[in-house]
Amino acid sequence: MSTTSDVTAVPPGSPPGEPPSAADPDLARHLTCLGDDALVLAQRLCQWITRAPTIDEDLALSNIALDLIGHARTLLSRAGRLDGTGRGEDDLAYSRSEREFTNALLTELPNGDFAMTVARQLAYTHYAVLHYEALTHCADPGLAAFGVRAAKEVAFHRLHADRWTVTLGRGTPESTRRMQRALERVWPYTGELFEENDVLRRLAASGTVPSPAALHDTWLARVTEVVTEAGLAVPAPSWSATGGRSGLHTEEFGPLIAELQSVRRQFPGGTW
Amino acid sequence: MTAPTTTPTPATVDAAAAPDEDELLAHFDALIAGGETIEPRDWMPDGYRRMLVRQIAQHAHSEIIGMQPEGAWLTRAPSLHRKSVLLAKVQDEAGHGLYLYSAAETLGVDRADLLDALHHGRQRASATFNHPALTWADTGAIAWLTDGAAVINQAPLCRTSYGPYARAMRRVCQEEAFHVRQGYDLMRALCEGTREQKEMAQDAVNRWWLPAVALMFGPPDTEAGGADARTAALGAAVSRRAMAWGIKRHTNDELRQRFVDTCVPQAERLGLTLPDPAIRWNEERGHYDFTPVDWDTYRTALGDDTHWARGRIAHRLAAHEDGAWVREAAVAYAARTDEPAGAAA
Amino acid sequence: MSAAREGAPASWEVFLRARRGLAHQHVGSVRAAGPDAALAAARDLYARRGEPLSLWVVRSDALHTASPDERDPYFAGARHKPYRYPEHYAPLTEKGPEGEHHE
Repeated sequence: MSTTSDVTAVPPGSPPGEPPSAADPDLARHLTCLGDDALVLAQRLCQWITRAPTIDEDLALSNIALDLIGHARTLLSRAGRLDGTGRGEDDLAYSRSEREFTNALLTELPNGDFAMTVARQLAYTHYAVLHYEALTHCADPGLAAFGVRAAKEVAFHRLHADRWTVTLGRGTPESTRRMQRALERVWPYTGELFEENDVLRRLAASGTVPSPAALHDTWLARVTEVVTEAGLAVPAPSWSATGGRSGLHTEEFGPLIAELQSVRRQFPGGTW
Repeated sequence: MTAPTTTPTPATVDAAAAPDEDELLAHFDALIAGGETIEPRDWMPDGYRRMLVRQIAQHAHSEIIGMQPEGAWLTRAPSLHRKSVLLAKVQDEAGHGLYLYSAAETLGVDRADLLDALHHGRQRASATFNHPALTWADTGAIAWLTDGAAVINQAPLCRTSYGPYARAMRRVCQEEAFHVRQGYDLMRALCEGTREQKEMAQDAVNRWWLPAVALMFGPPDTEAGGADARTAALGAAVSRRAMAWGIKRHTNDELRQRFVDTCVPQAERLGLTLPDPAIRWNEERGHYDFTPVDWDTYRTALGDDTHWARGRIAHRLAAHEDGAWVREAAVAYAARTDEPAGAAA
Repeated sequence: MSAAREGAPASWEVFLRARRGLAHQHVGSVRAAGPDAALAAARDLYARRGEPLSLWVVRSDALHTASPDERDPYFAGARHKPYRYPEHYAPLTEKGPEGEHHE
């Protein structure tokens, strides 16, 4: 397995200067959630490649997916050490069953039309950037350095999402209609991003991550600004989807994971 | 610096008496003979311009269509490292297509027209990609063999006579260096793996060798390369014209030989067999012999009018049509923000 | 050259400063509806490797250009003026008629 990221470059064990890989199951679970978000969303974006509205957009979406895979690799390999199992990025990506993935349902939503993808990107990027910015203050220097890099990369993805939201919102009557519809469809899945749970409460109490509720206000203010500039209405959904964080996914998730893992599972004991 | 893509505003200068065509042609020929580049706003013979547009467009189309066989495996790459690598490669192909469309536009064509020509069969992509990528190993075989062939084909184009094309190709070649290496690396991992993995690798090579050796270099253009006298004469005439203009630098068959000479030792190192029993070292020639790519072989390799040949274009066209509303929205939005105050500051 | 197609996105020339100390260099063009989209497309296309320092996009139809083939008078003046170059003159090491002879 090749390890190129700054965090995974340190082999497991007790490298000098690294905090001991003592199990921190709470942080491991949090990093797994973020890593699964990035991995599953990247998998969805990969489905766009060769199908985007322009070739430039094939390029833009693949750039974003490439960054997301990078984030997933760092986060999952770190999680595999912190949970005490010593699993690597590929063990976690390719050997877990769908019930063991803890990505938010938002990230697994099917691509739909381009507006759906933009709406999903809008919600995700504004959310992820907050978590990565928070990681920059993390006591673990490896994670803090990762946070700096990932926050910058996602900030660029956010520009992409903002620009397309406004472009489609204020483009043609058809694009306005599609963009508003996409926001309506995606919005019920944004609540899960900010759900409190015991893990997050403990991490927030120790100052490791900010509380989701605090992030929500910032998120909402920022996306509202973009949606308003796009001349669209911020949806007020009457329901909120949940389940991903505890491994209860949509029915569309099974095929996504089956596809992700198919080659590797087909060749047990293979080397790649 | 390259001239801009579209016609710039003409300034009002009293034009000197227009030189006649012979004079212009002599100047053009002198530039070519001196190894100088031709630049977009230079006078050039119509045939030169047409040949360039055709070649650059076909090349650009091949990059774009070539994204499909590998792109289909992005979601199934068997490790996150391999997934990143494949994504970076497919992305480069999109990029190379765009560099080339940009170069073609300096010749006074519009990329929307070129895409339209691809979508409606008036221009074509390389038939290499009319073949399906059936297993994960195909992504390795494509990168190792097809990209390997492309690099051999393209390296001389970095010195092609048309400036924007040469500059685009220098960029393409720099970036493609990693494609072949990672393809070889992928195949090597499979060959070092389980028996099933190695079988998958061999099967992919069996299917991608002919498309690479036959199609990436164009039809045979020398009798030594396998063409009959008439074909060789026809092919040679086209190649000679392209070479005289400095667009091409070698015959198809020369480059094909160079490719075979490069691949055979690599395949031996991998422990894979190239599916051509005629391959053997020829001491006298100092090259590997191989089954000549005669017209029949070439026609067989084309895979024209197959499920896949049709499928590639249909896939491309569907993406284009599905995205029409997005492109229209972008233009409408830009027109709106171009108005009074918000103009490009 | 072909006129812009109805409803087609504009063409933009792209200039990249690849490293400190270098001027921006023309690297090609992109098609994009507006300036922000053009800059983003140029970033994804021409700045995928290395650490580029700066990127410009300029609408292709906003460039005002001249080249010798079209407008000889613009450039003719630069030729036939050898006195602009140092080689036109005696080297600084050359001895005058009354100069001292060293060595």
